[in-house]
Amino acid sequence: MNWEIVMGLEVHVELATKTKIFCSCTTQFGGAPNTHCCPVCTGMPGTLPVLNRKVLEYAVKAGVALGCEITRYNKFDRKNYFYPDLPKAYQISQLYLPFARDGAVEIACAPGLTKTIRIHEIHMEEDAGKLVHSAYGEASFPDYNRCGVPLIEIVSEPDFRSAQEVLAYLAKLKSTFEYLGISDVKMEEGSMRADVNLSVRPAGSQALGTRTEMKNINSFKSIERAIAYESARQIEVIESGGSVIQETRRWDENKGKTFSMRSKEDAQDYRYFPEPDIPPIEISDEMLEKIRACQPEFADQKAARYVEEYGLSEADAKIIVASVRMASLFEDTVALCGNPKEVRYWLLGEVLYFINDRGMTLSDFRLDAQSFAAFVKIAASERINRRGAKKLFEAMIFADHPLDLEAYIRENDLEQVDDAQLIREAVRAVIAENPKTVEQYKNGVTKVAGFLVGQTIKRLSGKAKPETVNRIIAQELAKL
Amino acid sequence: MQITRELVEYVADLSRICLDGASEEKMERELGAVIEYMEVLNALDTDGVEPLSHVFQVTNVMREDAVAPSSPREDILAGAPEATGQTFVVPRTLE
Repeated sequence: MNWEIVMGLEVHVELATKTKIFCSCTTQFGGAPNTHCCPVCTGMPGTLPVLNRKVLEYAVKAGVALGCEITRYNKFDRKNYFYPDLPKAYQISQLYLPFARDGAVEIACAPGLTKTIRIHEIHMEEDAGKLVHSAYGEASFPDYNRCGVPLIEIVSEPDFRSAQEVLAYLAKLKSTFEYLGISDVKMEEGSMRADVNLSVRPAGSQALGTRTEMKNINSFKSIERAIAYESARQIEVIESGGSVIQETRRWDENKGKTFSMRSKEDAQDYRYFPEPDIPPIEISDEMLEKIRACQPEFADQKAARYVEEYGLSEADAKIIVASVRMASLFEDTVALCGNPKEVRYWLLGEVLYFINDRGMTLSDFRLDAQSFAAFVKIAASERINRRGAKKLFEAMIFADHPLDLEAYIRENDLEQVDDAQLIREAVRAVIAENPKTVEQYKNGVTKVAGFLVGQTIKRLSGKAKPETVNRIIAQELAKL
Repeated sequence: MQITRELVEYVADLSRICLDGASEEKMERELGAVIEYMEVLNALDTDGVEPLSHVFQVTNVMREDAVAPSSPREDILAGAPEATGQTFVVPRTLE
């Protein structure tokens, strides 16, 4: 039998505010355990949580970007549960009136093919702490630094049918939040986390099968593996006459398997009720208008514009817009030098080579729009050839201090030689030194001329202008 | 809604509290009275009345996103029944 996989996603994204959602403790990652804590985020009795204005702003930005209807009157609720990662024994979240609902995200699921993923809702909530478990003993050690870090949870409809669609959706969310500047969205560091609700059904069926929820998946690669494992597991259960149990399963990255965490029989009863400490939130027309007005140009629009305005290929444009920093470096440099093709050449050739080959990031280079533009003007001129330009470029991006381009060209004698007399002398010497090659040429093997061009340029320390060398070689060979 | 002994036991379990037989009986009675009172409210016609989500008529109480020093760790850990000096210590919990 053919099976269809049906999935819905719950994606948690940490917002990049300076302080926590309900108190003024820092959200900085990696402090010594329990040093970014105060009475509010550790749930001491008698404290009063107060909402961070920036959290609301960032959240609404995300909601607008994902095409949601913004709930103009929204509020927080308490989700009660006992687990030591949360010292208050409840999480402040939004159940009844989440701030955003009914959105839609367009994903590219195959070349030229898009699909709409519906967003059920987005709500704001606080993150929980981290538990370190002792290896053999009976104790756990909570670190509450992450307690109260602001999160938005994006709940999709069950619209996914393959791991590829899930990955395309996550990539789209990541890019959207990067362009909005509201989150670091790093899966490896936990600032973006995905829970996958998965069920299977016979292909063609409309009814939904019993689903399981997979937690603890923290990389794009594990998501793909977890989906493959869990769908195969469910199909096997059904085909061998059993039935899938609705439960939460934990993905174990090392074992490559999912494990049951808790089953429905003792499913959590969260006893939600309205959070009495935090008054409701009203989003004014003014605030909403302001946020709508300052939505940035997102990756897809940007890529389309690069093709249209700068004549880039679609593939090149997509690579550039995949990184917010690269896109802004590209645009700023083009604005200064007016030569998008040349900027693209160095960005996607040289810079991307170092990024992919040596695992570097853009911030490892000394590369700002001003110096890049100045370089491009030189590289595109007749003054230096590609070889010299490459040398100059590498010197510039790996320099300890900002590089004086003119001084470097002088000191390294990179200026192109376009002196016909000098080049002709070199050509004659090369012809004299390579009688065999010249013989081949005379016998009709004309492609060997390229070798003579190379030898001539080498003789002139790589500085000769190739077009002039080509021309003179052709003239000299014709004389033979 | 009927408050039964089973429901009292369930809620006590969710709240991680231990009740003896006498307390359970008391809770069953008292919670029953609360729910009964709610039935009185349910009899009222509330069509067209907005649900109340907060008792004060205030909205948008917010603060600026400015960092303030956190508490000294020893203060945070001071009230814990058990701590290591760096973290709290709780019974091992693995879901």
